Amino acid sequence: MTHSTGSVSACLPINSDLDLVRVRQHVRQMTAQLGFGLVEQTKLVTAASELARNALVHGGGGQMECTSVSSGGIQGLRLVFSDQGPGIVDLDQALSDGYTSGEGLGMGLGGARRLVHEFSIDSRRGIGTTVTVTSWNSRPPRPREAP
Amino acid sequence: MPEQQVAEHETDPAEEVGAFLRRRREQIAQRWADAALFRTVYTVSRDDAVDAGRTVVEALAAVAVSGRVQDAEADGFTVVREQLARTAQARARAGATIAQISEEMDALRPPVTDLLLDELSESPAEHLRECTTALTVLMGTLRLVMLEATTIAGQELINRQRLELLEIATPVIKLWEGIVAVPLIGTLDSARSQVVMETLLDAVVEQHARIAILDITGVPTVDSLVAQHLMKTVAAARLMGAECIVSGIRPAIAQTIVHLGIDLSSVLTRASLADALAYALQQQGAHIVPNPASTVEPR
Repeated sequence: MTHSTGSVSACLPINSDLDLVRVRQHVRQMTAQLGFGLVEQTKLVTAASELARNALVHGGGGQMECTSVSSGGIQGLRLVFSDQGPGIVDLDQALSDGYTSGEGLGMGLGGARRLVHEFSIDSRRGIGTTVTVTSWNSRPPRPREAP
Repeated sequence: MPEQQVAEHETDPAEEVGAFLRRRREQIAQRWADAALFRTVYTVSRDDAVDAGRTVVEALAAVAVSGRVQDAEADGFTVVREQLARTAQARARAGATIAQISEEMDALRPPVTDLLLDELSESPAEHLRECTTALTVLMGTLRLVMLEATTIAGQELINRQRLELLEIATPVIKLWEGIVAVPLIGTLDSARSQVVMETLLDAVVEQHARIAILDITGVPTVDSLVAQHLMKTVAAARLMGAECIVSGIRPAIAQTIVHLGIDLSSVLTRASLADALAYALQQQGAHIVPNPASTVEPR
């Protein structure tokens, strides 16, 4: 599948709780603009919230790049979360539900993977972690509901 | 030769500008009173505007004489900093943007420059240029001081509002004897959820509540941290003998929670606050019966 990638529309810092709010609001706006349904909007916003918090809590802060992409007439949104933290030692373990290195529920990373259409993670010890997620607006716009 | 001309006038341009400002204080203040910045803020009396202008000119003169025309931290500005902030706030309240305020500040410069040029028309070109430059730099610094004061005032306002929001956004409402509800609105971060838990547990004690309803209709995103906060609050309420119901779970949120893999089965949930209240009343042994005598049809 060939993707045409748009230019990076925004690059948001993730350094505080306040930045998490900004990340969520930005993703919500972008998905709404791209015509995502309410459920897909909520899913991607929630995934962004999880991944941004991971970058903040485990990676010591980082950034989110937000890019609109299109493939075969379908529009999507790609989010790249990167941090320069210690990296993830065991990826399989980190992705499994219930595993946590902190005090959370241990559902963030695995949960985020289930909430998006495409998910990839690249983590190097001592260098940092980059998580890339993409969701597509696959359904055509809903017709106006009959009164 | 320009160098010789400078040598003839040994006075420092900044000092000369300071002396000029003191001499022409009244004239400048009068002209400023008609400028947009002063006119729109001091609407009641023109004299107030002139007074305010006089204070600013005096401060500028003090700064110029001290030779620190580029220094926004110069002592001379201290006296007018608060006044400038108040002026800027008044303009902001009237709907002016920072750019507009800055522009209005800039509009104060030409009247002063005109007066200076008039006064120094006989001076050598080089000296004239130095004096106007000093004045321009000084007015630029004044603009910076004003915008800085505005920003600091704005930041204080934001900090205060953040604290207020923390308090305001978590009211506990008594719905019925023994039933309390907390409508949650906005982002449920760690600080907020701590406040929510405290106010809810206090209310459980004060109101002798057996049932507490946490309504999340106004929470835009429920991720694993929010879910964890909710579960902790529910568990704490349960320890105090109150049953907790989480209501206001919208369809999109429900699907997201399922995909996220969070197990909320330990928490009693309802789709709407009305459903939660109906359940709570039922638990209390109270029933809502339509009044047959009422002419209004119950919906």
